[in-house]
Amino acid sequence: MIRRDRRLFWIGFAVILALLAAAPLVLPPFWRHFVTEVLIWGLLAMSSDILIGYTGLISFGHSAFFGLGVYGAAAALLLVAPPNLFLAIALGLVAAALVAGFVAYFSTRLRDIYFAITTLIFSQIFYVVIFTWTSVTGGENGLTFTRPGLGIPGLYVVRFTPVTMHWFVLAVVAVSYLILRRITRSPFGMVLQSIRENESRTRAIGYHVEHYKMVAVMLSGLFAGLAGVLYALQNEFAAADFVFFLVSGETVIYNVMGGIGTLAGPLVGAAFFLLLREALSRYFTEYYLIPLGIIFIAMVIFMPQGLLGFARRWLNR
Amino acid sequence: MTIPWDLIVIQTVNGVVTGMILALVASGLTLIFGIMDVVNFAHGELFMLGAYLGVLVLASTGSFWLALIIASLVVALLGAALQIVTLRPLIGRDPLTTILATFGISLVLQNYALWQFGPISRKIAEPVSGQFRLFYLEYPWYRLVIAAASAAIIGAFWLFLKYGRYGIWIRATTQDRVMAQAMGIPVPWVYTGVFAIGSAMAAASGVLFGPLVGVEPYMGLAWVLKAFIVVVVGGMGNFGGSIVAAIFVSLLEAYASIWVSPSQAIIVSFVALILTLLFRPTGLFGSAVR
Repeated sequence: MIRRDRRLFWIGFAVILALLAAAPLVLPPFWRHFVTEVLIWGLLAMSSDILIGYTGLISFGHSAFFGLGVYGAAAALLLVAPPNLFLAIALGLVAAALVAGFVAYFSTRLRDIYFAITTLIFSQIFYVVIFTWTSVTGGENGLTFTRPGLGIPGLYVVRFTPVTMHWFVLAVVAVSYLILRRITRSPFGMVLQSIRENESRTRAIGYHVEHYKMVAVMLSGLFAGLAGVLYALQNEFAAADFVFFLVSGETVIYNVMGGIGTLAGPLVGAAFFLLLREALSRYFTEYYLIPLGIIFIAMVIFMPQGLLGFARRWLNR
Repeated sequence: MTIPWDLIVIQTVNGVVTGMILALVASGLTLIFGIMDVVNFAHGELFMLGAYLGVLVLASTGSFWLALIIASLVVALLGAALQIVTLRPLIGRDPLTTILATFGISLVLQNYALWQFGPISRKIAEPVSGQFRLFYLEYPWYRLVIAAASAAIIGAFWLFLKYGRYGIWIRATTQDRVMAQAMGIPVPWVYTGVFAIGSAMAAASGVLFGPLVGVEPYMGLAWVLKAFIVVVVGGMGNFGGSIVAAIFVSLLEAYASIWVSPSQAIIVSFVALILTLLFRPTGLFGSAVR
């Protein structure tokens, strides 16, 4: 039974991967770009699911990790000549990890609601710093840079085309998904889930809950930073807006819409949200968040397990 | 560097004025949290809607005080309706889901305001003109009036909680929800009432603060953030603590903005928050062990 489940999972994974890999070859440019963006936001949403779905901590501060990933990559691309892809990824991850470590240290002293509020406030600290430190970050205007090529610098470098960029993003997201999935099924992931289910009991058994939470926040921040790096590479642009609260809020929405604690769900949620945004903004122009917010509230009340959880329950019946 | 005493006095007055309004916002927030276990992410948007209603009523009637009362009442009704529609179904579920629901509400309200009133900021005219001399400044009386008005609203609410019939219901529900229900207190309606009162307090502070800053759709976030800081620093759910913390944080920011720009001065209150979390995670005035 378990073996069958596993085979089913890998078949499903391969099919979806193949479909996503083929997507840029058949889709028009707008939708190709759209699918790439969904993957990037999906990675951000998945990273946040480690906290929301598996540890029971709602982070309203993921924009800080994401934004620092964007700015870290930007810094590497602007300061080092010639721009190097791997250096950008490394610096983006380091920046996100540093911020995540800082946030994790303070916010994990608190539970539930307090955690949500402190992560929100921390992300706003970084937003204010980045927004007002115009000489370095470009403030409101942001920074623009050019995307480096893929390969070993000096030896062999190919320039990205939109299609290869999509494949690169897909590869990173797919590998990240597998790593995150492995983590959630590891003993460490089990401890996180037991913190979600009953924190005091987990503590009583003898686990150092704070350490586990701290590592969970840092891990989550690291993958959020990776999403930020991908976003920077895709759009060749960094701005203070990426550190703003709205990004964190949307990340939470992706999770809830897709189904928290399912890992793949948040990616589905991101796709659903972005599709809804496309559809709704035809009728509601820039006020699409009014109907979208109402749909979101309705899903919180009536479909708390999200799209994927709902589908899964329906299939099992 | 010589100490600019005149500036410090001016900023002390400014800090106390902002602190009183912030206390009004934060006490609504802490009331809703303390009694319902709901972190109201939409609190800033209720504040903002209150300010807009103030603009509208002031434009049609010309009376600021009437605007204050009508805006508070309308937002109280709106708050009650929101609570019944969105939060009541969530009673008994994980408290974290209420954060999500109120976050959804805040998105809807914010974008509704943007759609209805546009992005351009509006002004509320000051109800009390007059000024008095404070060193080289002509300090408007109005600022002191709003500080006093906020204090009066908070004081009246405190008396209501202490002696009012429904205030006793509210306190009873805070202490023991199940027992309160058993004694015949309609707990779901107490929740609705509390949410309405909290909303009214947010709206009242929005109208009071309108003349000092522009009224615009995004004003809510900055205020709700500050209110969150105050509520955490003061000890979540602690009514008195949040008032003291509101004044404390506002004074800190006011003094800081003598030397740095106001947009950076907010970092000082962030630092206050971090220090509080480091040394007293239950808040400066919180005694309860979580």
